[in-house]
Amino acid sequence: MDALKRYFRSPAAVIGLILLLVVIAMAISAGFLYPRDPLSLAGRPLVWPFSNPRFLLGTDNSGRDIAAQIFYGARISLLIGGVATAIAILIGILVGAFAGYYGGWVDNVLMRITEAFQTLPNFVLLLVLVAVFGSTITTVTIAVGVVSWPAPARLTRAEFLSLRNREFVQAGKTLGMRDIKIILGEILPNALPPVIVYASVVMAVAILLESALAFLRLSDPNVASWGNLIGLGRDVLRVQWYVSAIPGIAILVTVLAVSLVGQGLNDALNPRLKSR
Amino acid sequence: MRILSLAGRRLAASIPTLFLILIGVFLLLQMAPGDTVDALMAQMGGGDAATARELRQFYGLDLSIPMQLANYLWRLVRLDLGFSSIYGKPVASVILERLPPTILLMTASLSFAFFFGLVFGVIAARGVNRWPDTLISTLGLIFYATPSFWFGLMAIVVFSVYLQWLPSGGFEDIGTMQTGLWRVLDIARHLVLPTFTLGLIFLAIYLRIMRASMLEVLNLDFVRTARAKGLDETHVVTRHVLRNALLPMVTLIGLQAGTMLGGSVVVESVFSLPGLGRLAYESVVQRDLNTLLGIVFVSALLVIVVNFVTDLLYARLDPRISADS
Repeated sequence: MDALKRYFRSPAAVIGLILLLVVIAMAISAGFLYPRDPLSLAGRPLVWPFSNPRFLLGTDNSGRDIAAQIFYGARISLLIGGVATAIAILIGILVGAFAGYYGGWVDNVLMRITEAFQTLPNFVLLLVLVAVFGSTITTVTIAVGVVSWPAPARLTRAEFLSLRNREFVQAGKTLGMRDIKIILGEILPNALPPVIVYASVVMAVAILLESALAFLRLSDPNVASWGNLIGLGRDVLRVQWYVSAIPGIAILVTVLAVSLVGQGLNDALNPRLKSR
Repeated sequence: MRILSLAGRRLAASIPTLFLILIGVFLLLQMAPGDTVDALMAQMGGGDAATARELRQFYGLDLSIPMQLANYLWRLVRLDLGFSSIYGKPVASVILERLPPTILLMTASLSFAFFFGLVFGVIAARGVNRWPDTLISTLGLIFYATPSFWFGLMAIVVFSVYLQWLPSGGFEDIGTMQTGLWRVLDIARHLVLPTFTLGLIFLAIYLRIMRASMLEVLNLDFVRTARAKGLDETHVVTRHVLRNALLPMVTLIGLQAGTMLGGSVVVESVFSLPGLGRLAYESVVQRDLNTLLGIVFVSALLVIVVNFVTDLLYARLDPRISADS
């Protein structure tokens, strides 16, 4: 409760939460406000924003409603960001937990692999994964998750290292509990909060990664994604710059919202660090 | 000497990592649809199965996968990255041609982000929780959330299309071949927008770290001592605090090297710079897997080298590191 109160005392955190709720509301109401397929022809191409009440945000180069694509794009960004983050956190927790709990050669092997993933630029690895497995929305989401796990893994490992010799863990061992039960049932709940807070950073980066991939036309072209629209708008950038500008603002707002909420949670849960 | 051996040991420890990466990506690329010969045949406008078989034999693609991997690693030891069928040249020379613009861009962006991150971080920390701090911190958050490619496009609209101050892309003016100083100036003009675009997110990260690190160091005892002995505030900050607050910033260079290289893929595509990042993108689109693997190798190598340099720099800044351990 205290944490909740602290969260709402920070104006930045509240603004972040409001922005995030707006984006979520856009994602939910997309089908209801724009029942037609957002990628279908809607009217004349390249209508400027606010010039035609039918298309509030104008139309793109192939005459598709930009507003509709922004609303549906919120779905795609949140979906990819959310699922990829879940994948990254899950792999990260597993790797970090085993490395931190067992130590020794398990730790060595797992950390070597983590290091390998961190040495290779994650966008380059993303390109390799897309080159091999193609670019449907499923493969792109999994690929973004697979390149994002090392940081959460290190964080989880550090938490486990500091917790594994505590009394409650030793009590569990004395009681004859199995390792897996100690790891998942005893240590993990204590190690989880910082990892969950860090998830907001992973999600912000995941959304940016996917949009960059879509901008390069290496993501799924069959969904209305903000990155796709920016890439499309590039062809008419010199005059109709709004086609690229509008979805970019949508990405900016979403990533900003996610980071602000993450920072707010962090400050609320670690009040001692807040003064920094 | 001690510093060198310490950093050298870390460098040696990264060699297994490099091999792990190469083996992993090599095996991954075996799963890709189509191989070099398919790409080559498509380039030639098709051919019969017999030619394909001959070509596969020529490139050693008919061998088992472990044999191919062993071959590849053995060639790599001799710095032979294989042949790019798309560019019709050895991969090593294709990559070498593309390396200078990327290194130039990365160095420029890093310097930009480091310098302004430092300055803004110091200003924010000095006026903590007052308006300069609020303004800088807010801008930092916004920069962090801005997709770099979008910022690049908007910069093109403003500075190239409307104001016509700066070129919208390319590495240099090909129309008027320039030499000497004029060429340097021309390239610099072309790199202004890409540098800002790539550096923006790192500027945000650096200023945040610098601010936090300054605030931490400002509370330490030796700062109080320095103030107590009557040094003026500027002196305390520049001579005593800054040097110590700089350490996390230097660490960050090593940590962010990979991210920056990844970011240059996108930025080079926006500004059509003929660099390594753009080559990575092109090789994915053209299914030039040999080149892609070569880029993976070179970019991992680049990250390792940057980390090595960071280690050396770090030891110079903090004598304690070479003293203990």
